[in-house]
Amino acid sequence: MALFEARDLACQRGERVLFAGLDFHLEAGAALLLTGANGSGKSSLLRLAAGLLRPAAGEFLWDGRPIRRDGEAHRRRLIYLGHADALKAGLTVDENLHFWADLAGLARNTAGGAVAQALEALGLSALAGLPARFLSAGQRRRLTLARLLLQPTESVPLWLLDEPTNALDAQSQSRLLDLMRDHLAAGGMIMLASHEALDALPGERLAVDGFEPDPLLPAAETGAVSATDLGEVA
Amino acid sequence: MISALALLRRDLRLSLRQGIDVALVVLFFMVAGILFPFAVGPAPNLLAAIAGGVVMVMAALAALLSLDRLYLPDYEDGSLDGLLLSPLPLEVVALVKALAHWLTTGLPLLVAAPLLGLILNLPTIAYLPMLSALLLATPMLSLLGGLGAALTLGSRRGGVLITLIILPLYVPVLIFAMAVIDAARLGLGGGDGFLILLAAMLLGSLALTPWATAAALRQAA
Repeated sequence: MALFEARDLACQRGERVLFAGLDFHLEAGAALLLTGANGSGKSSLLRLAAGLLRPAAGEFLWDGRPIRRDGEAHRRRLIYLGHADALKAGLTVDENLHFWADLAGLARNTAGGAVAQALEALGLSALAGLPARFLSAGQRRRLTLARLLLQPTESVPLWLLDEPTNALDAQSQSRLLDLMRDHLAAGGMIMLASHEALDALPGERLAVDGFEPDPLLPAAETGAVSATDLGEVA
Repeated sequence: MISALALLRRDLRLSLRQGIDVALVVLFFMVAGILFPFAVGPAPNLLAAIAGGVVMVMAALAALLSLDRLYLPDYEDGSLDGLLLSPLPLEVVALVKALAHWLTTGLPLLVAAPLLGLILNLPTIAYLPMLSALLLATPMLSLLGGLGAALTLGSRRGGVLITLIILPLYVPVLIFAMAVIDAARLGLGGGDGFLILLAAMLLGSLALTPWATAAALRQAA
């Protein structure tokens, strides 16, 4: 039973402490929806969980072991999709997705099938040979989301999704919901930041702006380290 | 291995599909070099003396010109996050990126260099030394340039900053490359020794810059 948890997490961007003393835990088959106003630190929390940023204080644990001890194993078990689509306009739909499949280390004989299946699942098969520059915003988003399906839930259990429903129409949103439900049913985990009320997705809600430190308190009392100790994070 | 090849293939494919970028680097190299006979006068002896230096400096400047497409597009479109989180070690990413950059700028410059040498009246005996020096110097331009490009990600006026950070690091490369060319042009001998020094510098930057570039990329995330 996998367990992803955070203890007493603080995040600092520049001089500003976004949140401090944040805890959560996420079990296999569960989702965590991050809510909060713009700039409250939802995206930063996802980047922290992916290991792209270092927390100013606190730590993440996977099955009780700190993820900093083994960053590579953590990278292998997660997929992070940020706001940006990470697509190359000059490559075709198929080439874009194929690149991410190869980069993830999928064997050559399985990559082709995985790519075709993922495109099929998101309704992009007909566009496979089209350069990505001709895609609409919603189609670009779907192509990015297709990366989620390249590897099975057992090998990549943790999905970190930043605003995945951006630019998606109602039909694609419900398709994404189905994919997320399948992932959870197979024992996956999802951390998700979204403005859209994804009410249909079962899971806990975490209001990130509830952990904003009192601006009148000095940084030391909020559990975060002061900016001077923290050159590497700032 | 598959991952590294996939990255190399993607970068080459993107450069070749936007072939204008490669063409612009070579064009800049030629056109800027051709300005020298107009500026310093067409005296054959004078041109022969400066030809090697002009070729080396123009190669350095042309390589600088193309550095902003090394990491900036990946940084801006979010692909860099995917590279950071891929199973591929970031040091290998840096090395592969530098290789792709060299194949699309250093190599075309190497092909164009004899033509610029001809226009600048480079003595016949100096062509082979010039090409050997360029062959060793241009990969260093890509490796050091990659470091500069990674360091300046996310800063405003990144292009100007890259120039300020990287040009001082190019100075030793230029000095030894010129020593190779001059030794041949003046018939002094000893050029091989300088070539070996250049090769040693290349091996040093091959071993060190990927680590530094990877560290800079992690900071940029």
